[in-house]
Amino acid sequence: MTDRIILGAVAYDPKVVTIWEGFKDFFQVQGLAFDYVLYSNYESQVRGHWGGQCNIAWNSPLAWVEAERLATRHGRRAHAIAMRDTDRDLASVVVVRKGAGIDSIAGLKGKRIATGAEDSPQATLIPLEVLAAEGLLPGRDFELIRYDIGLGKHGDHVGGERDAAKALMAGSADACCILDANRLLFAREGTLPTGVTKVLAETGLFDHCNFTIFDDAPQALIHRFTELLLAMRFDDPAVRPLLELEGLKQWLPGRASGYALLNSAVDRAGGLDHFLPS
Amino acid sequence: MRLDLESLGLEEGADILLRRALRRLAPAESLEVVGNHPELRLHLRAWARTMGVAADFTAPHTHRLTPNAAGLPTERAGAAPPEGVVESPPRHWGLAARGAAVERGSAGFDFGLVDKLEIWSDDAARLYARAAAAQWDPQTAIDWHQPVAHDDDIETAVVQVMTYLIENETAALLVPARFAATIHPHFREVLQLLAIQAADEARHMEVFTRRALLRHTAPGVSTSGGQASLKTLVTEPDFAIASFLLSVMGEGSFLVLLDFLAREGPDPITRDICRLAAQDEARHVAFGLSHLRRHAAQDATLRPRLAMAMQRRHAELMHTSGLNELVFEALTVIAAGGFEPAMIAGGHAKIMRLQTDMDLARQGSLIRLGFGEAEARALSSLHTRNFM
Repeated sequence: MTDRIILGAVAYDPKVVTIWEGFKDFFQVQGLAFDYVLYSNYESQVRGHWGGQCNIAWNSPLAWVEAERLATRHGRRAHAIAMRDTDRDLASVVVVRKGAGIDSIAGLKGKRIATGAEDSPQATLIPLEVLAAEGLLPGRDFELIRYDIGLGKHGDHVGGERDAAKALMAGSADACCILDANRLLFAREGTLPTGVTKVLAETGLFDHCNFTIFDDAPQALIHRFTELLLAMRFDDPAVRPLLELEGLKQWLPGRASGYALLNSAVDRAGGLDHFLPS
Repeated sequence: MRLDLESLGLEEGADILLRRALRRLAPAESLEVVGNHPELRLHLRAWARTMGVAADFTAPHTHRLTPNAAGLPTERAGAAPPEGVVESPPRHWGLAARGAAVERGSAGFDFGLVDKLEIWSDDAARLYARAAAAQWDPQTAIDWHQPVAHDDDIETAVVQVMTYLIENETAALLVPARFAATIHPHFREVLQLLAIQAADEARHMEVFTRRALLRHTAPGVSTSGGQASLKTLVTEPDFAIASFLLSVMGEGSFLVLLDFLAREGPDPITRDICRLAAQDEARHVAFGLSHLRRHAAQDATLRPRLAMAMQRRHAELMHTSGLNELVFEALTVIAAGGFEPAMIAGGHAKIMRLQTDMDLARQGSLIRLGFGEAEARALSSLHTRNFM
């Protein structure tokens, strides 16, 4: 497997095949031997990556944390080599209905809070971590209503967040946790109008997906892969459709500094073993 | 530059003002955004991230947006007026309106016809406008209650001619429709003209079908020879040749035939529908002649290619019977108006004259395309005996 890049990706949507087939064509035209394998969930991908089925993985933030902790446990290192411009500096928000008498995080005590899937960093893990830091724990201080859509796909499926927003509007929840971009999206489409709802709290900034490698990855191939990726231009007709499908204008170098909030959330949930039982 | 959004949120249109302001920035300039929407900063951050715009929220009340240097360069797709048509528009201009600013990175389309030389006519806009103004409604343009009083043998002849006309009009619809789908839309006027030409033929199919079924319950006979002739038209891959064979030679002949039926048709409905169809066909012939004359003036190889195409088609159709006897007989009966021997003789003479008139019309068109008289005479004689 040292003669080519084999990328692991999670098939969270049928378009994933279109995306990676397109990348395969692009890299082949550039002379880089490239193939990909698809997984139905991130845990299988992290295990497959660790087991050598692929040498790069397109990881969700939680999959990155899992891969990094797995490597550390074995005295190895994981590296984030590239990410989308849209993967940097995200935030999540806790939204409540206006006039519901909830004006602070403390006001959520005894209330019902709707979140996305259990393994969604943006719609569950990170917002709940922020609430926990303020002393509010699910089950003890508030009722958690989780919308476990697409478990294993780490919240890539927006359905869980949408259901949480709908629950807030329907009155079956008193608050919902969603990504900042979805706050804007749901406001625009009318699912969560700003006139009748408000942002109660905002999490700190965090990063999203990245291309992850372990320290035994073939260096020359990885170097070439990264070089080609960072040189992709949005105004290049050959690559633009792929960038649009993948939701970015520009690839940026990877960084591991944007996962502190998620790491705290993983610690609180029980660490790596909770998400990736050995 | 500074933009005050006041209380306007991004969920209710502030992005329109943001994009407008960003477009107006000088290179390396930033946009300072202020406003009092309670979620402005939150929305701006999410919006800027997906737009490839750097956002700085360090100042307390002013948010600074800086467009990514990569931006989205555009290029002008020629210029809007017909004079702005370029010789070979690039395929990545795609479906953009002529003269539009096309973002680079647009997907290219596989247009087959991209050369002005091959398809353009300076008359296209005028002919299109004329066609658009001359559209008629089959329901109201013809009084379908007019009497059809002739005996059934004459009606059988009318039905057979209608059957023949319908399949010829079908071919005349398919050819422009097929090329319309492959012409670069930069040549908008030509595309519009071909589209309206196809719509003309759709109406012709309707009125001829309606006339065929006015008294009979089924159309007449469709012959293999007629279809073989039309197949060579429908499958011709070269626009110039297809246009020459269909519009100039075929529809040119048909124009004479429709004029004939508009005079000699045994009932007012037949005469009316043929008169209306002939008006449309005249435009089709005019466009064919117009763009082929332009093409031939700039490309000396075109005329020999057209001549070869006629010879090839002639050779291909030699083994077929050409205009089938049923249609010939039906036209003769219509021209005769009855079955007395003297009437048939008169009808036959009229059909002979009709064929001569068609031949002369074709020769006239060939001469207008720059062929010499002798060559025009020879080429016209090779035209399919099916007329189209």
